[in-house]
Amino acid sequence: MPRTTVTDARRRPVILLAAAAACLAVGVAGCGSSDSSSSAQPSPSASASATAGVLGIRDPWVKAADKGMTAAFGTLVNDGDTDVTVTAAATDVSPMELHEMTMKDGKMVMQPKQGGIVVKAHSSTALQPGGEHLMLMDLKQPVKAGDELTFTLTFADGETQTFTAVAKPFTGAQESYSPNHGQPTPSPAA
Amino acid sequence: MTERAAVRPVSRRGLLTGGALAAGGALASAAVITARPDEPKARPADAVPVAEVGSAVEPFHGPRQSGVATDPQAHAAFIALTLNPGTDRAALGRMLRLLSDDAARFTQGRPALADTEPELGLLPARLTVTFGFGPGLYTAAGLDDRRPPSVADLPAFRIDRLQPRWSGGDLLLQICADDPVTVAHAQRVLVKDSRPFATVRWVQQGFRRAAGTEPGRTQRNLFGQLDGTANPRPGRPLETAVWVPDGPAWLRDSTSLVVRRISMNLETWDLLGRADRELAVGRRLGTGAPLTGTAEHDQPDFAATGPDGLTVIPDFSHLTRSHVTDDRLKILRRPYNYDGTPTPEGHADSGLIFASYQADVTRQFLPIQQRLAERDLLNEWTTPIGSAVFAIPPGCPEGGWIGQQLLG
Repeated sequence: MPRTTVTDARRRPVILLAAAAACLAVGVAGCGSSDSSSSAQPSPSASASATAGVLGIRDPWVKAADKGMTAAFGTLVNDGDTDVTVTAAATDVSPMELHEMTMKDGKMVMQPKQGGIVVKAHSSTALQPGGEHLMLMDLKQPVKAGDELTFTLTFADGETQTFTAVAKPFTGAQESYSPNHGQPTPSPAA
Repeated sequence: MTERAAVRPVSRRGLLTGGALAAGGALASAAVITARPDEPKARPADAVPVAEVGSAVEPFHGPRQSGVATDPQAHAAFIALTLNPGTDRAALGRMLRLLSDDAARFTQGRPALADTEPELGLLPARLTVTFGFGPGLYTAAGLDDRRPPSVADLPAFRIDRLQPRWSGGDLLLQICADDPVTVAHAQRVLVKDSRPFATVRWVQQGFRRAAGTEPGRTQRNLFGQLDGTANPRPGRPLETAVWVPDGPAWLRDSTSLVVRRISMNLETWDLLGRADRELAVGRRLGTGAPLTGTAEHDQPDFAATGPDGLTVIPDFSHLTRSHVTDDRLKILRRPYNYDGTPTPEGHADSGLIFASYQADVTRQFLPIQQRLAERDLLNEWTTPIGSAVFAIPPGCPEGGWIGQQLLG
């Protein structure tokens, strides 16, 4: 993943659709930047930031795939004074789990992240191939390149936040999946 | 150099030029002597400090696409794609959203989303990514009725030796920057993001002088000629020549692009003396001045005759054949040189990626091309081996995507 910087945050995010604009605006607002003018979409953005205020979600994307498993990535930004824990993620097209990569028997495998994904106060957590990510376990329909998917994050205090991620063709992130769920590698992107 | 002007190795030349050559010989001697001192000095004020070349930014968002009126960058890749059979209007929308997002980020010095080499996206070096729509894109989208009539294959010209590997294309990506690594990475990412929708039909990579070496100067092709002298001046003339002023949203602020791959035969060009070369073009090689003038932008005097009674600028010269005074009929040339691998015998594979922008191909480009095809002496040493025509749709605002006026 690109290293994101203050400059990046201050730049108006490139938005693909109005819905994406809304979610990204939340992200920017979460960063405490003055760029709140990019919230082109009032209603969803308003509700999202009302419940959220929680995290900024920068550069979200999901790996395009025809079937099976895939994953969503991005950078979670916590500009608040307390740590935030993501305990669950959800989307319409697949059941989801929070995953991490870990070394097992000499190779990297992914497994459910116990205790959720923690974003420290005044810090950010990159969800990226080879690291923590939001896993789509079993697609009901293809996620095609350029599709926009809406995700909902649930936090430890029960609050939720939605965002939209665009599907990118991506051949990496073919991590092997270990224990508990049995099935091996995610199918490659369409 | 001038001594060789007496040699006439290309037989058809003698036929065409006849007595004009005698006059040419004399002119050439003068040209060679005076060319150097005549050359305008480079203007240091225009130079971009070296440290700023990498971070210089061109806009992506706006009513018109960048990469047309943009001062030409040093490096370019023209990439033509063939759409997959299933790529319909909706898929085109998904594709162009992805590609527009890549372009918006890269041009502003940010890595693409999911960039696997993000460090290569940090130096835009005036990167522009310009999208062009070939005839096949309108068909794929079911929108043939919205295709500008002149966005179609050009009629065949007598001089053409077109090869499929350099011709046609449904979607064009024109990537230009002052740094070749920036161009390469943008090309890699945009092609990768195109793969679910299209295949690569052809890629033409070209170059001009490096950034800052000759600021504000007309480029030289590999024949050594100044190339683009007659371009419409920035401001009203360029406005008139290039941009579609009105019409529906998918046409207003659009233009069109003709890409011709012109093979230049450096081997036969080598056989010419300087005088013959200048007669073929109608301009002096050193200054680019018309043979009747002293500075590049002097107006040519086609009526002026020499002591022998022949016109100083021959009727067969490139200058004569391509000359247009009405801005509505001019084209904006934004060419790049290409230079392939010489054969084992040392014969060059060189030429020009001729890129011409105009509001209307039929009104502006075709008449010039027809006159050149009929009777331009330069045809002796140049051969069109590729040809493609694209509409350059309007730009997009922040949050938008290229093509949304047409496909959205």
